[in-house]
Amino acid sequence: MAERDPEPGALVLAKPSHPHESAHLHVTGAARYTDDLTEPGDMLHLCFGQSSEAHARIVSMDLEAVRQAPGVHSVYTAADIPAANDVAPVAHDDPLLAEDEVVSHGQALFLVAATSRDAARRAARLAKVEYEPLDAAITPAQARAANSLIEPTQRMARGDAGAALASAPHRAKGAFEMGGQDHFYLEGQIAVATPGEDGAVHIVSSTQHPSEVQHLVAHMLGLTSADVTVEVRRMGGAFGGKETQAALFAAAAALVAARTGRPAKLRCDRDDDMVMTGKRHPFEVAYEVGYDEEGHLLALSLFLSSPCGASVDLSPAINDRAMFHADNCYYLPDVEIVSERLKTNTVSATAFRGFGGPQGMLAIERILDDVAARLGRDPLEVRLANLYTAGRSETPYGMEIKDNIAPEMIARLRERARYDARSKAIDTFNAQSPILKRGLALTPVKFGISFTTTHLNQAGALVHVYADGSIQVNHGGTEMGQGVYVKVAQVVADVFGVPLGTIRCTATRTDKVPNTSATAASSGADLNGMAAFNAAASIKARLVDFLSRTYSCAPEDVTFGPEGVQAGAARLTFGEVARRAQIGRVSLSSTGFYATPDIAYDRAAHKGRPFYYFSYGAAVSEVAVDTLTGEHKVLAVDILHDVGASLNPAIDKGQIEGGFVQGQGWLTTEELVWDAKGRLLTHSPATYKIPTASDRPKRLTIELWDGQNVEPTINRSKAVGEPPFMLAISVFSALNRAIGACVPEARCLPPLDAPATPEKVLAAIAGHRKEGTAA
Amino acid sequence: MAISFLLDGARIDLDTCDPTGSVLDFLRSQLRRTGTKEGCAEGDCGACTVLVGTLEAGGRVQWRALNSCIQFLPMLHGKALMTVESLAREGVPNPLQACMAGNGSSQCGFCTPGFVMSLHGRAIGATGCDLPVEDVIAGNLCRCTGYGPILEAAQEVPVLAQDDAAVIAQLAEIAGLPASGEWQGRPWFAPGSADELTGLLREHPDATLVAGATDVGLWITKGLKVLDTVIFIGDIAELATIEASDEALFLGANVRHADAHAALAQLHPDLGELWRRFAALQVRNAGTIGGNIANGSPIGDGPPALIALGAQVMLRSMEGTRTLPLEDFFLDYGKQDLRDGEFVAGVRIPRPESGSVIHISKLSRRFDSDISAVCGAFALTLEKGEVASARVAFGGMAATPRRAAACEAALVGAPFTLETMERAAEALREDFTPLDDVRGSSAYRLEAAGNLLRRLWLREQGGAVSVLDMEALDG
Repeated sequence: MAERDPEPGALVLAKPSHPHESAHLHVTGAARYTDDLTEPGDMLHLCFGQSSEAHARIVSMDLEAVRQAPGVHSVYTAADIPAANDVAPVAHDDPLLAEDEVVSHGQALFLVAATSRDAARRAARLAKVEYEPLDAAITPAQARAANSLIEPTQRMARGDAGAALASAPHRAKGAFEMGGQDHFYLEGQIAVATPGEDGAVHIVSSTQHPSEVQHLVAHMLGLTSADVTVEVRRMGGAFGGKETQAALFAAAAALVAARTGRPAKLRCDRDDDMVMTGKRHPFEVAYEVGYDEEGHLLALSLFLSSPCGASVDLSPAINDRAMFHADNCYYLPDVEIVSERLKTNTVSATAFRGFGGPQGMLAIERILDDVAARLGRDPLEVRLANLYTAGRSETPYGMEIKDNIAPEMIARLRERARYDARSKAIDTFNAQSPILKRGLALTPVKFGISFTTTHLNQAGALVHVYADGSIQVNHGGTEMGQGVYVKVAQVVADVFGVPLGTIRCTATRTDKVPNTSATAASSGADLNGMAAFNAAASIKARLVDFLSRTYSCAPEDVTFGPEGVQAGAARLTFGEVARRAQIGRVSLSSTGFYATPDIAYDRAAHKGRPFYYFSYGAAVSEVAVDTLTGEHKVLAVDILHDVGASLNPAIDKGQIEGGFVQGQGWLTTEELVWDAKGRLLTHSPATYKIPTASDRPKRLTIELWDGQNVEPTINRSKAVGEPPFMLAISVFSALNRAIGACVPEARCLPPLDAPATPEKVLAAIAGHRKEGTAA
Repeated sequence: MAISFLLDGARIDLDTCDPTGSVLDFLRSQLRRTGTKEGCAEGDCGACTVLVGTLEAGGRVQWRALNSCIQFLPMLHGKALMTVESLAREGVPNPLQACMAGNGSSQCGFCTPGFVMSLHGRAIGATGCDLPVEDVIAGNLCRCTGYGPILEAAQEVPVLAQDDAAVIAQLAEIAGLPASGEWQGRPWFAPGSADELTGLLREHPDATLVAGATDVGLWITKGLKVLDTVIFIGDIAELATIEASDEALFLGANVRHADAHAALAQLHPDLGELWRRFAALQVRNAGTIGGNIANGSPIGDGPPALIALGAQVMLRSMEGTRTLPLEDFFLDYGKQDLRDGEFVAGVRIPRPESGSVIHISKLSRRFDSDISAVCGAFALTLEKGEVASARVAFGGMAATPRRAAACEAALVGAPFTLETMERAAEALREDFTPLDDVRGSSAYRLEAAGNLLRRLWLREQGGAVSVLDMEALDG
């Protein structure tokens, strides 16, 4: 393993910016992803046959041509599934293979196993399926009209929003829409299943949730969890798209492996992946807000609605998180948030970085922009007027905010990014520039950390110290590029005072650490870091005990550090300690466990403390808009972000930049288009456009907030995966300001929907000119 | 022997090969070189980027970054291949790899080999790498990093030594040899000359011609088509000439977009800008001028601009060469004026008259590596403040790239004023009834197309007209 310690002699976390543990493998092509593993000669390759209809009864399925196609070994339908035909995370409503009815275009109907991937793909297209079309709800309006919901509409409220609206000096109504987002992980969905003896099955899956894959496969095959092992060394990106969505592919591979006794691989084609797997939820937002002359929000009635697709998946929790983040950093005195979860005949929407948070946060930020526009005030002034402060620090769900650093962070960023001077300069520029307009915005982020489903906030780890002093670390966290492996390794290295190069991270496996939660909710390092710390600390305690007995010193006189292990007067290397401990019959292996304390949430009432703490951030974005074409460009971005006392600032900055650019894509270039029949038209990178290198703002500065977590998290660090995504809301807000400059005297916000494609920007300019000059 | 190519100093000879098998699949399945990744199998993400070297006149090797997912195996014939595994020496990463490993250029790492190859190409002077680094990697998508560290690595390691002596000697043995073969009863050919090609086309009038495979590649990877007869024309050197004279620029059909870029930019800066944003470098390195015309896309990116400039297309067959105004080549959606046995041999673009007003604008959802929603191209001549002549062509507005007759009529003879531009913009509604599709609505296309006339006029007044020219304010 490569030596990565910049300064031998220091604790790893004293200088923590270690590269990703696989960086040297990534750049040489030596990092092995699931498809890179050597294939046994008898491997079968799989491909799904897909529904061509969004909602229909299957009248007949003639698979004879599929079976007869060259290279085909076997074909499977729902009738071939030994036990539960289900790959859903919660609600048992996602069949592996359709039975009598299809509920979304692209849904898996049957499964082909062939001697090559090419043969399987060709054969899958030969099926003759007869459908009887059923009424389909493709759009939110169609679903609403049919009262088609995945669960009852939820309501979170405090005070009396209706009464407060009635008595507010100003009232405004508004509505807008935001699109979904494809994850576009570069490595598509994939799984390889290998049959073991006596009914066991081993699955390598590109999944964020090995335990769930394990459980679903066990139920599907009529096995126990002990019969199924799921392994994932690394994913080529996930972003939430492999939290529940990987199960379909893993279960397919497991089914064929179990039925044939041969290893089976399903590597999904990119276009099939985009059609068949869930995406971020689009949202419709409607609101009525009451406010005073200074822009203080006095009352808010907020309606959030999202088409969740054809099954429940994680949509309840995702929509809950949208409600939880509809306050962002702002105190909402009398508030009612109503959240409608529509069931549509489109692929089931799923987890995606932010998990509903971005949608809720964009809603409140737009409301503040609207209030500012109506009052003719700088939107930042309105934001500042509404920040949580002492005495105004309880969220709409009744959680007291104890770590509110948003005001200080905004003040510092405002100064550093020279918001006021640039804001003035931009007004001057816009007054003189009829066609090209600029916009500037500062928006903050407050993101709640913890799974809001409380029991998920647990993790396990397994640490082995070998007799030569080398160490293996294993935990329930999966590595998708976010750096959880290196962070956890750093934690363990410091427990023993050893260089990072001593630690080898091994693949996440359900037979090493069982019953894990998904690596999601930004929780990977928080939960698994603490679990691994506990495991390492157990071993260390045994070593301290052993050394104090061996060297007849007090336990306090045993220390582990970069210079070695001190036991009384004796100085040993860590390797010597391990060797002696092994001879002394001391266990050098330990599990570790962690459960987040102090959280509880009553979902029925939407009250409680769902989050252990909050992560904060703020960003200033400057944009330019061409009012003839709607083209726009993000010119400069300054970010100040809070990761507590960082476990690894280099990794964290990577998460911040990557999250920001991904958020920028969500709000600008990434547009999902479905046709009236529910077919996704943007099913490949030819038509679905994530940011390229030139979309990254030329000037992008990132500063880490120099605080630490108020809660005793691992090293007092904070989670970083999701929160920076929402920093990109500053881009959307800045675009509104630039468009607004077309009619500077207008007292309204341009009617801009997200993503702000050139077409939508041009439409918003036209709408703003019409509305702004009429008002 | 069907094909021969080089990989890291070793010659690989294949007695037979699937003519539409991809280089990527061959690397991963046959050679077990799994560093090169499949991200999309359609040339849009760059995870499969490799470098391919050809022996050029003067006895040097010219490397180019290509998407191996849509390169067919016979296209490697006579060339040298370099993959991400080629770079480390005795297990030690090269300086670019070391820099990227140390600075956070990889997170999930799946796209990383592609970036390494694109930037390695840049560091060894591969084709098209004189552009800003953002353009060099515009065809490599990263979903994790936000690109900052990758751009930084490119600045840190801008140049690497490349010793091609051994490759040159080995390529000399295999380069330029014609190749052919048969696969499951289906013949394929890689003729060495245009005459050979005309003969083959007479024998196999239904053969599929493949030059860069940037379009045909997707027929295979996505359409799962089986091509009965394939003729690979991309290495016919005599069809790859670039001839610039005082009157015109001639581009042979086989000229790669990346190789045409400088000559087009010299013809007019707007052409240079259009070609900078033409797909991405890996596609420009493979795709040809002729292929872009012959495939008859309604958008095309290239044809609207060439039509506005008055380009003529040369069509060659056993019967000789026929020349057509480019706009007449496009008959209807998917239908070109191409007779049996005929192929696109080249295009001649007249040099714009001095003083003429040329304006080309491409509108797309994303600036780089995207197909236009609307591409507008305008070539006007002015006399005494009036528009003396006008050629206006659009892509994305109709079933083919097409001239806008009513718009041109509104311009010719009218004073060169904003009012005239407004009228000409209005006239576009007579010329076009664009479709609603995934790239834009009909209404957007019409409005934006008209606004391009306003943009043209404003630019002639000397103002900045694109957000691409803007920098952040210092305040």
